[in-house]
Amino acid sequence: MRDNSLTPGIVAGRLDQAAYAENFDDLHPRMDEHEATVAADRCYFCHDAPCITACPTDIDIPLFIRQIATGTPEAAAETILEQNILGGMCARVCPTETLCEQACVREAAEGKPVLIGQLQRYATDTLMEAGVHPFTRTEPTGKRIAVVGAGPAGLACAHRLAMKGHDVTIFDARPKPGGLNEYGIAAYKTVDNFAEREVDWLLQIGGITVETGKRLGRDMTLEQLKADHDAVFLGIGLGGVNALGLEAEDKDGIGNAVDFIADLRQASDLATLPVGRDVVVIGGGMTAVDAAVQAKLLGALNVSLVYRRGRDRMNASEYEQDLAASNGVRIITNAQPVAIHGNGAVREVEFEYTDDDLSPTGQTFRLPADQVFKAIGQTLEGDGLPELDGRKIKVTGAGRTSLDMVWAGGDCAAGGDDLTVTAVAEGRDAAEDIHASLMG
Amino acid sequence: MANLETNFIGIKSPNPFWLASAPPTDKEYNVRRAFEAGWGGVVWKTLGEEGPPVVNVNGPRYGAIWGADRRLLGLNNIELITDRPLQTNLDEMTRVKRDYPDRALIASLMVPVNEDSWKAILERVVETGCDGVELNFGCPHGMSERGMGSAVGQVPEYVQQVTEWCKKHSDLPVIVKLTPNIADIRKPAQAAKDGGADAVSLINTINSITSVDLDHFSPEPMIDGQGAHGGYCGPAVKPIALNMVAEIARDPALSGLPISGIGGVTTWRDAAEFMALGAGNVQVCTAAMTYGFKVVQEMISGLSQYMDEKGFASVDELVGRAVPNVVNWQDLNLNYVTKARIDQDACIKCGRCYAACEDTSHQAISMSEDRVFDVIDAECVACNLCVNVCPVEGCITMERLPAGEVDPRTGKTVSDDYFNWPMHPNNPMKCAAE
Ligand SMILES: Cc1cc2nc3c(=O)[nH]c(=O)nc-3n(C[C@H](O)[C@H](O)[C@H](O)COP(=O)(O)OP(=O)(O)OC[C@H]3O[C@@H](n4cnc5c(N)ncnc54)[C@H](O)[C@@H]3O)c2cc1C
Ligand SMILES: Cc1cc2nc3c(=O)[nH]c(=O)nc-3n(C[C@H](O)[C@H](O)[C@H](O)COP(=O)(O)O)c2cc1C
Ligand code: SF4
Ligand code: SF4
Ligand code: SF4
Repeated sequence: MRDNSLTPGIVAGRLDQAAYAENFDDLHPRMDEHEATVAADRCYFCHDAPCITACPTDIDIPLFIRQIATGTPEAAAETILEQNILGGMCARVCPTETLCEQACVREAAEGKPVLIGQLQRYATDTLMEAGVHPFTRTEPTGKRIAVVGAGPAGLACAHRLAMKGHDVTIFDARPKPGGLNEYGIAAYKTVDNFAEREVDWLLQIGGITVETGKRLGRDMTLEQLKADHDAVFLGIGLGGVNALGLEAEDKDGIGNAVDFIADLRQASDLATLPVGRDVVVIGGGMTAVDAAVQAKLLGALNVSLVYRRGRDRMNASEYEQDLAASNGVRIITNAQPVAIHGNGAVREVEFEYTDDDLSPTGQTFRLPADQVFKAIGQTLEGDGLPELDGRKIKVTGAGRTSLDMVWAGGDCAAGGDDLTVTAVAEGRDAAEDIHASLMG
Repeated sequence: MANLETNFIGIKSPNPFWLASAPPTDKEYNVRRAFEAGWGGVVWKTLGEEGPPVVNVNGPRYGAIWGADRRLLGLNNIELITDRPLQTNLDEMTRVKRDYPDRALIASLMVPVNEDSWKAILERVVETGCDGVELNFGCPHGMSERGMGSAVGQVPEYVQQVTEWCKKHSDLPVIVKLTPNIADIRKPAQAAKDGGADAVSLINTINSITSVDLDHFSPEPMIDGQGAHGGYCGPAVKPIALNMVAEIARDPALSGLPISGIGGVTTWRDAAEFMALGAGNVQVCTAAMTYGFKVVQEMISGLSQYMDEKGFASVDELVGRAVPNVVNWQDLNLNYVTKARIDQDACIKCGRCYAACEDTSHQAISMSEDRVFDVIDAECVACNLCVNVCPVEGCITMERLPAGEVDPRTGKTVSDDYFNWPMHPNNPMKCAAE
């Protein structure tokens, strides 16, 4: 195994099968009943609870935790899913340390919040494993709605619209629905094909048709969608990636972190996935951390994550940074890439130290690299979209765009954090607004 | 370290912590382990008449309720008295007493209500060298259906009668163990005293059903689809036991009657509270059954530390110290005016005080946009509910308004004169008294 880690270049099968299985196991395995009861018992059932305000989907957290404490996790799951139909995924991927758990009064009291995310998972898993879908459709309205993008925003929107009796068609460019749940989230956060199982479970509501391999702008236009439907929701996320703007950025071995992660998520056998010996990840967000950690877990010998500003400015939360560090990722801050060296393939990346306002200091260093991942942000892609606000679709109210009967939400829409839970909230709220607009 | 030696009705023990008559004291093996762990004395598991022993159920005999982290708060049992032959128990008691002469060993007894039965058992028991007897008039299940246990304890005349027989047929100190399943605990205590008892011990267990199986619709513990009420003990019963101990301790007619306090003693603090309310020692069952015999070590170190801090040279200085302060409601000072005060630095902004006061009480706590909680003195009646529901200990306190200050709720100036209900103009009985 050690030999394989030392092998230079980008090679597959650096580890034995057992190591892959262990490395990519569930980050936080589901609580058992006793753990959940004990954890639930810590909740104070706060009045007008601050944790609810901190959850982008406004889940009634004290209520669902009390339902767990009293032995009815199924009822708890309903409380969660009523507000957040992807409550199962959110329970796994929400950066709770900056959301609900940060606001928990027990965080203020003793630095140990109620484990809201893990309790949410306990409840939603219990219900979903029983195969129960607790929602039904109302009378069909005969209205047809197009949802573009089957990520969290599109799925949440479609589910809520279907519940209200509308007929929904989801179009997605990729071969599988789920968006970044399927192609982006770190593997150890969503093991056992959870993203796919969750979509299947969600679709049990009925009234939703999913058409994959259909890209807006290639296979259809927004005008056509509008003509064929009563309303359109755009949940297309951020398909493009930012470039470093350096010469030789196309050298072999240099790629986008999101593509590496998507390949990893889709790999049926991790041993077939090549990874460098010396990996350099450039960026400071969740994508950078996920790429770095997973490269390390695939058996890379040295993984460095380099961010141009200070640690406190990193988009990845402290928890994520610690996760990276504890997996052996070296985090270097206040350094930006200035040159890529190598003959054909990348061999080294040269960085220059920066100070806090990003001005160059003249001091440089080189990191050996046979693989480089760029993770300096994703961008909106596409022509003929509604009016933009900066680099994202401009929205007012619950996702209304500049175009009549076209809504947008999730990462592609301006405002809100680029998080799964925010996308769910925006998709859901847009659905309510679409419903109100259509039904008068 | 403070001296914990106790002399209870002439029975000496190195500390006031005895094991109550129950499974922990049902055999030599257990009692030896208990003494090794440091217990000051034991009341042996209740003995019955010579002859075939009683039988216990062969299904579960305990039910329970739990608090956070599955902490055992209350235990309920349907166990009977010892189900081992009388002679076996007596032989074991003899051996144990011989090997541990400095520890208290009490025989607990329960036989049918006739003089011969009591005479017969006393003659056997005295041979063991035990330090005294405890009459089990408390067991509320099983034995009571056979006219023993609480069936005796609930009829003061029987209590007195049996106590008299025991005093007549032995020289051993007699402790009468009382059942709490009665309206006024002072009545059987008085009967015991009148019968010549050297002491009372209380409480035995309380009639209870801990829970119902909602699939089989049977009380727990369930035996073949059915359940019988059991006897309740453990931390949950402590407040009831404390009150009963205090009722006896402060009754002038019962004054001087020694009390062995039982019911939910789990820590040194519980024991100290029983003793402050008049118990000369305490007996423990559930805490030992929950945590094992080692718990006594915390009780010993805790009580010693407390006594050192208070400067008490012997436990006698603690016993009964709170009794004069247990009064009737009408004796409470109505001029003692307090208001809730919230320590904003300690407050974690959970809003529980607000929900409790706003929804269920006096609307005396305000909540601001940014979750600052404040007491509205003009509404606060000082009920203490907020203090009790606040998860942060010491965050809300009750502060006394000094004399001369105006209580914004009543508009009246606070006085430091003592003023009770019998003196109050609203008391209809007041005119009659004048
Ligand atoms: C590597 C990585 C890790 C992340 N980890 C976390 C995490 O741990 N926790 C967290 O909360 N957030 C995380 N995020 C962010 C989170 O995944 C996104 O905020 C979220 O998925 C946004 O949802 P969405 O529905 O707006 O977009 P997406 O999930 O991106 O879905 C958009 C969908 O639209 C489709 N699409 C795009 N263009 C077109 C088109 N023209 N026609 C048809 N279909 C189209 C795409 O194929 C895709 O399926 C992570 C993001 C990345 C990249
Ligand atoms: C399983 C069990 C059996 C008991 N058996 C007896 C008994 O035989 N004789 C008796 O006097 N009390 C018996 N008791 C009552 C205890 O001695 C004691 O009075 C009661 O449990 C309250 O004390 P605690 O709260 O410390 O447990 C029994 C209690 C339990 C839990
Ligand atoms: S959805 Fe996310 S933010 Fe909301 S309660 Fe659940 S874990 Fe917390
Ligand atoms: S803030 Fe914490 S303790 Fe309060 S309701 Fe929310 S989870 Fe419970
Ligand atoms: S109950 Fe206590 S901690 Fe909670 S808001 Fe009130 S004073 Fe603050």
